[in-house]
Amino acid sequence: MRWWHPADIGFALRSKAAAVGQATRLLLRLLAGLGYVLKRPGLLRDQIHFLGNYSLAIIGVSGLFVGFVLGLQGYYILQRYGSAEAVGMMVALTLLRELGPVVTALLFAGRAGTALTAEIGLMKAGEQLSAMEMMAVDPVERILAPRFWAGLIAMPLLAAVFSAIGIMGGWIVGVLLLGIDGGAFWGQMQSGVDVFKDLGNGVIKSVVFGITVTFVALLQGFVAKPTPEGVSRATTRTVVMASLSVLALDFMLTAMMFSI
Amino acid sequence: MMTMPDIAGFSMQSSASPPLVELRNVTFGYGDRTILRDVSLTIPRGKVTALMGASGGGKTTVLRLIGGQARAQAGQVLLDGQDVGAMSQAQLYAARRRMGMLFQFGALFTDMTVFENVAFPLREHTDLSEGLVRDIVLMKLQAVGLRGARDLMPSQISGGMARRVALARAMALDPEFIMYDEPFAGLDPISLGTSAQLIRELNDALGLTSIIVSHDLEETFKLADQVIILGPGVVAAQGTPDKVRASSDPLVHQFVHALPQGPVPFHVQGPSLDADFGVDALKGGR
Repeated sequence: MRWWHPADIGFALRSKAAAVGQATRLLLRLLAGLGYVLKRPGLLRDQIHFLGNYSLAIIGVSGLFVGFVLGLQGYYILQRYGSAEAVGMMVALTLLRELGPVVTALLFAGRAGTALTAEIGLMKAGEQLSAMEMMAVDPVERILAPRFWAGLIAMPLLAAVFSAIGIMGGWIVGVLLLGIDGGAFWGQMQSGVDVFKDLGNGVIKSVVFGITVTFVALLQGFVAKPTPEGVSRATTRTVVMASLSVLALDFMLTAMMFSI
Repeated sequence: MMTMPDIAGFSMQSSASPPLVELRNVTFGYGDRTILRDVSLTIPRGKVTALMGASGGGKTTVLRLIGGQARAQAGQVLLDGQDVGAMSQAQLYAARRRMGMLFQFGALFTDMTVFENVAFPLREHTDLSEGLVRDIVLMKLQAVGLRGARDLMPSQISGGMARRVALARAMALDPEFIMYDEPFAGLDPISLGTSAQLIRELNDALGLTSIIVSHDLEETFKLADQVIILGPGVVAAQGTPDKVRASSDPLVHQFVHALPQGPVPFHVQGPSLDADFGVDALKGGR
């Protein structure tokens, strides 16, 4: 085939540029939808419940096991240098800076992002979004914006829950099972964790990931082909694109936040 | 100040009955495929107008153009003299509040009950109290005979009922005209008769203008005041059902008599018979 033909390359570039433009416009409309969302707090509340509460179980259980593993690995490594009491600090820093926001975002993409994409895609396939437009109701404001802002609010909360339960997991393994001194465990953590540099940056990360995952999920649902195959592809793309974006963004944010 | 001359103008106009909707030399297509080519047609006020034609002839596209969900590539779509294609988002939404649209399969919101579906436009566009919303919704549901189904979910009702709920929802804000996309498709004879009667009665009782896209010859010709037959991309006939039935246009003849052969071919265009089955194909074939 003649993939190198100038016209084909031009067409491909133009399609990409159009897709980027469409995505940007949707993002701006979602951000501008804040006004509408504030006027209808009930819609936002329902979506926070749907995205947040229903993700709690998977986030909690994952956080516990990640905490267990961090406690174990931290103990094995730090014990070699005779500083097993630093497990508390290590677990807390790892969770607050990296694993809390990142793993929560990955789980959130799989649990809530797919649900969003499928819901929007199927509403589109059933002409529900068109019907809404014909009733002079903007579906971006009425359907997408509350979900976007709910995701943005739910993600940091879920990441906080994940980190808190993870620290409890590290405590169970380190202090209860392996016998590290409890006072040293919490004391080291207290002195080693900075509120703004560690906790604050972790929260910023989780907000950025919340925007990323929710936006990718909504965009994929909104531009999905209105067929069963189209919706299934869009759902897959949500997980792939959201996960990769989160990991890439995490690297960039870490490089900027924790320079020295 | 503004309303009085408007009302006077309206009553004067309505005696001459200028069209509510007018398409002037409209061209529209998706990608390379042209769906409407230089189409002009008029939808008179207060009448039931049927848009008919072969599948893919652009009937639904005409509804999308009137509703502003698609914009004409050339020509004008006039709603009460205003060009729908040139409207801003706000103007378009204002215009849409005057129209109701019934989608082919109802397009009910599947996460809401029948009651909430009909209440949706009222809650979005008005500040009516819950008690008033309830009364209006139950009145609209009563009009389509589904007051008793208010608490059911869309998945619990039949296709015909879903379309009646959608009709109640489309009427919730008392629109000036309603567009029906294939209201009869896939209905049993009883539901079909009920729907047709409902469309007629609503149109006459509420002084609406109705536009129906349909394939069902018999029922539609009985129901409509005016029939427009779209050929592939062009208007083949426009007039009263009797006039259209008597038309000598070969495409209209094929359509109203449901003939398999005519200007609309049975076979989709492709390679010639010889190329697929002929001697050359045998020789070339392994």
